[in-house]
Amino acid sequence: MARYILKRVLISIPVLIGVVFVIFFMLNVVPGDPVTLMMGEHIKPDLIEAFRERMGLDDPFIVQFFNYLKNAVQGDFGMSYKLNREVSGLIFQAFPHTLKLTLWAALVAWIIGIPAGILSAVKQNTLVDRGFMTFSLMGVSMPVFWAGLLLQYVFAYKLGWLPVTGYKTWQAMIMPSLVLGWSSAGTIARLTRSNLLEIMKNDFIRTARAKGLKEGTVVVGHALKNAMLPVVTMMAIQVSSLLGGAVMTESIFGIPGLGRVAVSAIGDRDMPLLQGTIIFTTMLIIAGNLIADLLYSVLDPRIRVE
Amino acid sequence: MQEAIQAAEFAEETTRFMPPREDVEAELLDDTSIWSSLKSMLKNNKLAALSLAVIVIVILMAVFAPIVAPYDPNFQDADNLRFAAPSMAHWLGCDELGRDVFSRLIYGARVSLVIGLVPTLIAMTIGTVMGLMSGYMGKKVDFIIMRFADIVLAFPSLLLAMVVMYTLGASLVNIFIALSIVKWAGTARIVRAQTLSLKEKEFVEAAKAVGVKKWIIMMRHILPNCIPNLIVLFSLNIPDSIMSESSLSFLGIGAVPPSTSWGLMVYRGKQYLFNYPWLTLAPGVAILILVLAFNFLGDGVRDALDPYLKD
Amino acid sequence: MSELQKNEELLKITDLKTHFFTHKGVVPAVDGVSIEIPRRQIVGVVGESGCGKSVTAMSVLQLISRPGKIVGGSIRLDGRELVGADINEIRSIRGNKVSVIFQEPMTSLNPVYTVGRQVSEAITAHQAVSQEEARQRVVDMFKAVGIPEAEKRYKSYPHQLSGGLRQRVMIGMAMACQPQLLIADEPTTALDVTIEAQILHLMKQLEHDFGTSIMLITHNLGVVAEVCDYVYVMYAGKIMEQAGIFDLFDHTAHPYTKGLLNSIPKPTAEKRRLYNIKGMVPNLLRLPKGCRFSPRCEYARPECFEHEPELYDAGNQHLVRCFLYKNGGGPA
Ligand SMILES: Nc1ncnc2c1ncn2[C@@H]1O[C@H](COP(=O)(O)OP(=O)(O)OP(=O)(O)O)[C@@H](O)[C@H]1O
Ligand SMILES: [Mg+2]
Repeated sequence: MARYILKRVLISIPVLIGVVFVIFFMLNVVPGDPVTLMMGEHIKPDLIEAFRERMGLDDPFIVQFFNYLKNAVQGDFGMSYKLNREVSGLIFQAFPHTLKLTLWAALVAWIIGIPAGILSAVKQNTLVDRGFMTFSLMGVSMPVFWAGLLLQYVFAYKLGWLPVTGYKTWQAMIMPSLVLGWSSAGTIARLTRSNLLEIMKNDFIRTARAKGLKEGTVVVGHALKNAMLPVVTMMAIQVSSLLGGAVMTESIFGIPGLGRVAVSAIGDRDMPLLQGTIIFTTMLIIAGNLIADLLYSVLDPRIRVE
Repeated sequence: MQEAIQAAEFAEETTRFMPPREDVEAELLDDTSIWSSLKSMLKNNKLAALSLAVIVIVILMAVFAPIVAPYDPNFQDADNLRFAAPSMAHWLGCDELGRDVFSRLIYGARVSLVIGLVPTLIAMTIGTVMGLMSGYMGKKVDFIIMRFADIVLAFPSLLLAMVVMYTLGASLVNIFIALSIVKWAGTARIVRAQTLSLKEKEFVEAAKAVGVKKWIIMMRHILPNCIPNLIVLFSLNIPDSIMSESSLSFLGIGAVPPSTSWGLMVYRGKQYLFNYPWLTLAPGVAILILVLAFNFLGDGVRDALDPYLKD
Repeated sequence: MSELQKNEELLKITDLKTHFFTHKGVVPAVDGVSIEIPRRQIVGVVGESGCGKSVTAMSVLQLISRPGKIVGGSIRLDGRELVGADINEIRSIRGNKVSVIFQEPMTSLNPVYTVGRQVSEAITAHQAVSQEEARQRVVDMFKAVGIPEAEKRYKSYPHQLSGGLRQRVMIGMAMACQPQLLIADEPTTALDVTIEAQILHLMKQLEHDFGTSIMLITHNLGVVAEVCDYVYVMYAGKIMEQAGIFDLFDHTAHPYTKGLLNSIPKPTAEKRRLYNIKGMVPNLLRLPKGCRFSPRCEYARPECFEHEPELYDAGNQHLVRCFLYKNGGGPA
């Protein structure tokens, strides 16, 4: 088991380095001189030159990359051009907001998604099933930003029940969590349903029935645990899509999380900040994958023993 | 040679007395082709049929936009029509520059459809080639391609697309590039998995033994067997691309004026959300309906082709 | 009344019809089958793949689900009608009075639970016993079915056991409540020959020790010869021939049964050639007119292509669905 964990961790390191490389490469071929961006147009050329040297901007690309990597490992993602502050500091300021939002959204998604999926599977092809599945597909098909605007219009503007934007109170978190959670809930419900239906075709389900177990015991006791295994893996994919969706949600509801930081970094052409945020987010996703993988291996006896 | 054939015939006949697993499904599938199972799905699955109808209507509207649209989408009458509410003359009202929202919606459909199709096709073509090479050639090729796929799949696709757009700048063509970069990896993984299992099949072994060239084996023998999978992937990737474009446009790094897109319309309309909600409502509903239709159809396609998918 | 019940067979299937309603049409997988299983006997059901053996077996415990449905006939267990019975009543019989061993030992056990837990579940589902007692009984049962290190195996997961052991677990599960009837659906098909012999021996012993009747489904006439008392031969959803074990082999009547017997390889034969019944098992969606075996039958006569033969009595509890035996005669 320990070896398995170690192996998984080791495998994800090259991927992480690859991620940093890809981002670094893409952002450093971008046209536009960062120094002018940072210091403004009207600056003496020799000052620029000195600054370039201090920043190592004249080094070969690959040297720059390894320097960046070396610093990144130590938690140093450079300085924001625009805000003139440490990128890592900005990230750690933003991260708790994103974490809070995604956790609430995940909770919404699981609380709605899993029961909806189970019910749909058990009542396959009935009105209940159709209703839940249409609702789920709506969640998947509705742009997060638009759902957010819709809720704002109805609950904040028309009814005045909830604040339009904000993140400090629990009331303010309701709409963002629902909006972000709904799309994931749709995915989870669909996955739970299709897994459960697939599992119910297995021979061991027939065995369970042949033993004389009640149908409820067959579904909950024998099918569900098997069906939930892939759903656990789904958690990893959820981390990814939740963080992606958080970008939209944060920018609509004015939550100063990672997504908001990334979007404004794009607007400001603040390369180090954008780079740092995206690398950090991707790290979170890789960590999510890892955790899901390990969880899976703990839950599935077929893997556990090896 | 003669003996070998006889032996094979015997072997085949004697196996009839063994219980072949899943004979049931094999029997039910016998003479159904992909095409006819899709047709019968459309006959039985009303939701999918309705979705197809919706998609066809949207396509027709987009193609014949100049005929269908009541107004020129860029004609501005800011003095008289600024924020005009929906009326008989302007079904969905007018925007901040006094342009007819309905006409803009129809022209915007062009963007959504093109975005749905082009990057999906590019990404899947790249993904298929990569997957075939990776699965068939194995070894180093496989290793390199799959590590690239791992890296791409590690990003949240929206963020990766955002970075690409940052680098290349906001424009429609750059969206094609961004989405193609983001989406090829998923296809590559699936095609690779299928190629790996097909590689072991007798007909491929036989072709190899006779000395058929690698790429001919891939194209003639392996690719056709991946087609059901590719069809399903295609139908599920389209709505995803449409959605990604609208998100990018909504963040202001997608389509740029004067070309219009539904996501961009929501983006511009959101400033006037509380006073002129139709500016956001209309394009949002349009995205929802089109994406929903593609998803319903995609679901139907997947169910219909399900028996061909597992190998 | 009670007198009548006592004389009745343990299981009496009459004119059972189980059909599958697929989108391509109705598949009459079981099309009017009558089978009787007396107490303390091993009855065989043989036939080529796809002839409806498993569907018959699963119909008994109503384990048929969509698109399948029992559309006619009766299944009486101990005089009690099961077709159309309340699901709770059926449930109380499943695994208790009647249990099944399925064809696929590799996939019939739930991979995420220990085998011990899965077997003890069969006990606790029907009897109010404590966990500890159930556990003890499972261990005893494991010993009875010849699972070595029963205590340790209790805690094993299915993937840790060999095919033979899993099938023993399945048998243990089936025998856990000491059922009156055990339906064994090709219990040895997936196993190698030595294990097959052991499992067959075990089943015979169970019949002897516990007085359990066994319905043994197989496509292998060798297995039938080894353990059965009476045999039904099925073809495309119908019984073609039924006879006591000696009659079946010594006075084989139906051309189909002859074909099956001939296709057992005989190394002693002068020319070692594999014999096969020519032609294919018919598609149940497009059954031929007349006798369903006629297209493959060497003895087919014009009437065989026109009318469906009934089961004709050939004496000595030997029934044959073939016009050759209409008047008690036989082929030249
Ligand atoms: N779920 C199903 N849907 C449609 N048809 C089915 C289904 N299950 C069984 N059948 C039909 O019932 C027929 C009999 O199947 P059954 O499994 O009873 O055969 P069998 O005699 O047990 O064969 P084997 O020796 O392979 O186990 C099959 O030919 C098949 O056409
Ligand atoms: Mg069977």
